[in-house]
Amino acid sequence: MCLFCVPMPYIRCVVWIMSVWMWKSPEVLLYCRCSEGREPVFISDMASFKPTKVQFLPKLGEKVTEDTLYWKNYKSPVQIKEFGAVTKIDFSPLAPHNYAVTASTRIHVYGLHSQEPIRSFTRFRDTAYGGSFRGDGKLLVAGSEEGLIRLFDISGRVALRQFTGHSKAVHVTSFLSDGFRVVSGSDDLTFRVWDVPSAVELSSITEHTDYIRALAPSKLNPDLFVTGSYDHTVKVFDMRSGSSVMTMQHGHPVECVLLYPSEALLVSTGGRYVKIWDLLKGGQELVSLKNHHKTVTCACLSSVGNKLLTGSLDRHVKVYNSSYKVVHNFDCDASILSMAVAPDDEVVAVGMTNGVLSVRHRKHKKDKETLTSRRRRGPSYRVFVKGKNFVPRQDDFLVSKPVKQYLRKYDKQLKSFEVSKALDTALQTWTRTSKPEVTVAVIIELNRRGTLKNALAGRNEESLTKILNFLLKHIFDPRFSRPLLTVGDIVLDLYRQVLHQSPVVERQLQRLMEVLGREAELQQELLQVLGILDTLFASLTPRKEVAALAALPVDQGPQLQAA
Amino acid sequence: MVETSDIRVVRCGGSKVNLTPPIISSDSRFVLCTSGDLVKVYSTRTEEWLHSLQGHTNQVTGITLNPANHLQVYSCSVDGTVKLWDFIDGILIKVQLVEVHETVEIFLSSGLCVSACPECFQLVSVHLPKSAEQEVEAKEMSAVSSHISKNPSCTAFGRGGEYIAFARHLQLNVYFFRKQKTYSFSLKATDKKGAKNAFTCIACHPTDDCIATGHEDGKIRLWRNFIHKKEYTYSTQHWHHNAVNTLCFTPEGTHLLSGGIESVLVQWQYGAGNRKEFLPRLGGSILHISASSDGQLFCTSHSDNKITVIESSFKVCGVIQGLVKDAVLTDLMIDPRSKALVLNGKPGHLQFYSLLRDKHLYNLDIVQQEYIYEAGLDQFEVVKAAFDIKGSWLATVEERGKKSSDLEFFLKLWAFDERTQSFVLNTTITAAHTDRIISMCFSSSEETTMLVTAAEDSQFKAWCQGADADTQQDQNFWSCDFVGSYHKLNPTNCSFSADSSLLAVSFQEVITIWSPDTWEMLTTLCQPPGVIRDLCFGRLSCSKYLLGTTTKNLLCCWNLLTCELEWSTSVDVSKLQPDPFSENVAAFSYQSKHTDLFVFKPSEPRPLFTNKNVCSEKVHRAVFVPREEPLNSCDESTQWLNRSQLYFLTQNMDLLTFSTATEEDRMLSSSKQLVIDDSVAVTPFYLLLGKHRQQQQKLNTQSHPVSDKPQQTQGSVTIKELLHTPAHVLPAASVLCSMFVNSFLISNTGVQQDPLSWLT
Repeated sequence: MCLFCVPMPYIRCVVWIMSVWMWKSPEVLLYCRCSEGREPVFISDMASFKPTKVQFLPKLGEKVTEDTLYWKNYKSPVQIKEFGAVTKIDFSPLAPHNYAVTASTRIHVYGLHSQEPIRSFTRFRDTAYGGSFRGDGKLLVAGSEEGLIRLFDISGRVALRQFTGHSKAVHVTSFLSDGFRVVSGSDDLTFRVWDVPSAVELSSITEHTDYIRALAPSKLNPDLFVTGSYDHTVKVFDMRSGSSVMTMQHGHPVECVLLYPSEALLVSTGGRYVKIWDLLKGGQELVSLKNHHKTVTCACLSSVGNKLLTGSLDRHVKVYNSSYKVVHNFDCDASILSMAVAPDDEVVAVGMTNGVLSVRHRKHKKDKETLTSRRRRGPSYRVFVKGKNFVPRQDDFLVSKPVKQYLRKYDKQLKSFEVSKALDTALQTWTRTSKPEVTVAVIIELNRRGTLKNALAGRNEESLTKILNFLLKHIFDPRFSRPLLTVGDIVLDLYRQVLHQSPVVERQLQRLMEVLGREAELQQELLQVLGILDTLFASLTPRKEVAALAALPVDQGPQLQAA
Repeated sequence: MVETSDIRVVRCGGSKVNLTPPIISSDSRFVLCTSGDLVKVYSTRTEEWLHSLQGHTNQVTGITLNPANHLQVYSCSVDGTVKLWDFIDGILIKVQLVEVHETVEIFLSSGLCVSACPECFQLVSVHLPKSAEQEVEAKEMSAVSSHISKNPSCTAFGRGGEYIAFARHLQLNVYFFRKQKTYSFSLKATDKKGAKNAFTCIACHPTDDCIATGHEDGKIRLWRNFIHKKEYTYSTQHWHHNAVNTLCFTPEGTHLLSGGIESVLVQWQYGAGNRKEFLPRLGGSILHISASSDGQLFCTSHSDNKITVIESSFKVCGVIQGLVKDAVLTDLMIDPRSKALVLNGKPGHLQFYSLLRDKHLYNLDIVQQEYIYEAGLDQFEVVKAAFDIKGSWLATVEERGKKSSDLEFFLKLWAFDERTQSFVLNTTITAAHTDRIISMCFSSSEETTMLVTAAEDSQFKAWCQGADADTQQDQNFWSCDFVGSYHKLNPTNCSFSADSSLLAVSFQEVITIWSPDTWEMLTTLCQPPGVIRDLCFGRLSCSKYLLGTTTKNLLCCWNLLTCELEWSTSVDVSKLQPDPFSENVAAFSYQSKHTDLFVFKPSEPRPLFTNKNVCSEKVHRAVFVPREEPLNSCDESTQWLNRSQLYFLTQNMDLLTFSTATEEDRMLSSSKQLVIDDSVAVTPFYLLLGKHRQQQQKLNTQSHPVSDKPQQTQGSVTIKELLHTPAHVLPAASVLCSMFVNSFLISNTGVQQDPLSWLT
């Protein structure tokens, strides 16, 4: 990337891009693809009018990728109010994919599309934590503030088992993958493994030195699980050896751990960081992501493509692609505590501190199809198609009808050299607001024809106001600023004598002047920033010693850019 | 140095077809137009060039149908002759020498010829003597007027040659041949509104006493009653916004056609006031209009070297396009696929022109905007273009606002589409540089294509076909790969080596050598005095050399292996052109008002070939065109033309080339084959039937016919003749049939038996 190749009006965007995305080339905004590459016009069809070309310039900001399109394809969220902060959401692995939501002293089980709980477990005396399903979706285990662990049958109401032993609150509980054992982590610095049939404690290990707040059992091996604690460590335990086999330093209190389905990669979140560890390399740190600006509380994987999602207290859910770049962002109303994605990414459920559960459902093509099919049922389509599907027989003599060229209204007016009218058409409210590039394209075309002055002349207060409003709105858009500045110049030249007669126009011009002044200041500041950056870059570049052949004066500039 | 005797500079195709009004033959089958020293005959249906009337030695300035015989055409030329042709067969009938000082400038009809000499533009009537000889000298002539307008369309015959009308500045004169008297009418210099009243063209009504005149402000005046000096009247009509270039009445006189710079053909109904029809967007501005004698076809010739054939229902039915070379801004290029010459064509277009067939192939619309035909309007023009080595990519730069401060330009990249066999727009780069692009070249390797642009903002950029990792679409559009600069100097030129492992960019006086793989600057070369103008790498065995020319008349050759100057010589080189098929490099140098050509190999400073005084103007554009089949000349001086041919464009926009003696011999021999024995009138019928008869006679005279073989040969001869005669000149199938079948019969050589004898 090079800062020297960017024209002045673009500096503003460049700095913006730099702040967001350091290594993206600024050429992003310089090229555009011609979506409809027109065929060369041969001599025979030269007699047709060539319509005004609306230049498609890509907007600044995030790029549209397949990932963003995929993650944008969710309906607006359904909000369900719970009794307290939602600390845990867990989807049942079995077909209807109900999900258990732990909040306050209850665990509610919701169906995928219902907003009312199908079932609720309310027999908690104190706050419940960490309600999670067994692999077959029939049993549910949950810890609680008082240190009790309860095991529920999904169809029952009363706890089947109660495991007592923890002296402090149990925040995380989970079944091991064989389904006969439950592992729980507690604030008393221990985690224990319980036998489900007999309800006895199998083992208790104290290796962490602070509260245990994260737990992830291995799905492939029933004896392995990963714990994360507020003592900044992530440990992998093997029940066969009875102690930790791997310890990783996260550097911040660990809020959540997550294993990839292959179980070669481990995700741990804590503080503002999300770290990915490679377990096969003995727990080497693969990447450290810092995309949130508050503590990252939860992470989960999408089931399509194993994309990582993280939720944070800063009220954002971020979606990463396989190279760990943020491709999408969900905004929520409050700080996020828990999050889960249904199998097939049908539902994204997010629990927040204010007790609101926000559920997003995926849009389906079916909904769209029903809409379009309803539209197509009308008679107009049939009329439109009439005769189009006729296949001529072999000896039919075909008389081809010349294809009529359809022109936009402003093009028709330009074709007949009605320049003022064409500008009026382009300045119509709808075009002006929703497609400013069309308006600007017409302005550029008029300028090219040398008739922009004629088109702007002789306007009354109302239409002049329209033009000035358009200028006020778009003059700083780097895509449009050049032609619009010309328009501003011409308007001032034309109406200088009569401006004072209209207070409305005068006020608008005043505003235009203010905004222009502010913009000029901003540009100057940005130039200063650019200068600072230049010196920084220059000092960072390793100074190459001039070779013995002193005849070659090597410039620093190209090296810097090459870097 | 080698003396040049057998290589000469020749003007090659693409001369102007729009100099004079084209004429349509009375049966509407042919369009005739002047083209250099030829008169070309085109078909109106197929727009094909049928043949040309060769014989004039200088520019043909006028043609007209012989009023006495509609199958003959008169032509006049700057060489001072008037020739009469049979244009269907292309036979020269008569030559008349007209002794008008030097040249004949304009030529009109009706048994007497009116001509003018260029110094004072006199109008002279010449009686063409009737005599049977082929070459006559026309001596009888009388001056009509000593001062006429330079513009030939300001003179017109009226009413079958009763009078002639001519205008100059603000005066209209009518000369009646019978009375031998001139009436003149003049307009005021300026109208009330300050309009310009000068005459620009004249047309006379074929049957009525009415003269239509066009004026500089776009008005058309219809003059009547001009037989009286005082009581003349005129009516004014106004549609054109600029000068009316041409006027023409239809043969019946029902309509008046007019055209101007707007490139709109306007048809006015005669005597119906303001009723008119339009045919817009015909191409360049209309220069001439002519109508066929039956009024079914019109012809307009345009400033972009084009003739349009229009039906009377106002429908374009044919376009005859010549090579456009009015404003060539791009280099001359060769499309690697079609081997066509590519340069600026119509405004905003690139034209593809086949030099071999001297035929315009097609126009590629680069700007894709409506062109406004208005004088003095600054519009987008293609200023740079470059092909990659395979011809699958084309890069173009279009520019506007050179004069005003706000320069606008676009860099466009076009991909060749196999399906449509044409270039399709792939990427538009709106702000490639902050200042105008000076030089542009594609890398010459076959695998990866890369474009390098150097601009006045003291940077050069490399563009690659970028595959963006984030957007996983199958797009292949172009993005910037590298930006380089050197001490904030303005680059002047850039060039890739033959294997594209090196890129040379010249910054003012310094040449920098870069490696395109790593974008590392390898070395700099400098030979102080003068800014580098042209750069090129040697090819094939000379690929270790880099050539550069400076503004201070120096041609330098560097050895890239040692990074040292190999040799240098003091020549003012205006254009350096490497031959892509050999080591040779052509250098045009301009010295003391004439251009010299040097052809040399970079490995040795001695030129292979020198041609002094190629032309009198500077040469800025040249190109080597590959030959279809290589010549095998062994002569040292002509060897460099064996594989390719050098074309160049002078400042006067003449396209010239070098032709060798062997080449001319070959052409001569091929044309000789067509010449047949002149003693007998040769027709296709003779070829077919006459020979056949001769053979039969021979057979008959042969006393003893030989074995079976002659019959076979006889049959094959007939078949051969049948197949080799063009279909349209063959006699009726009924005639041919019996002969054809007969040729298969085996003639009976034995004793003839009476067929009926065994019956009895």
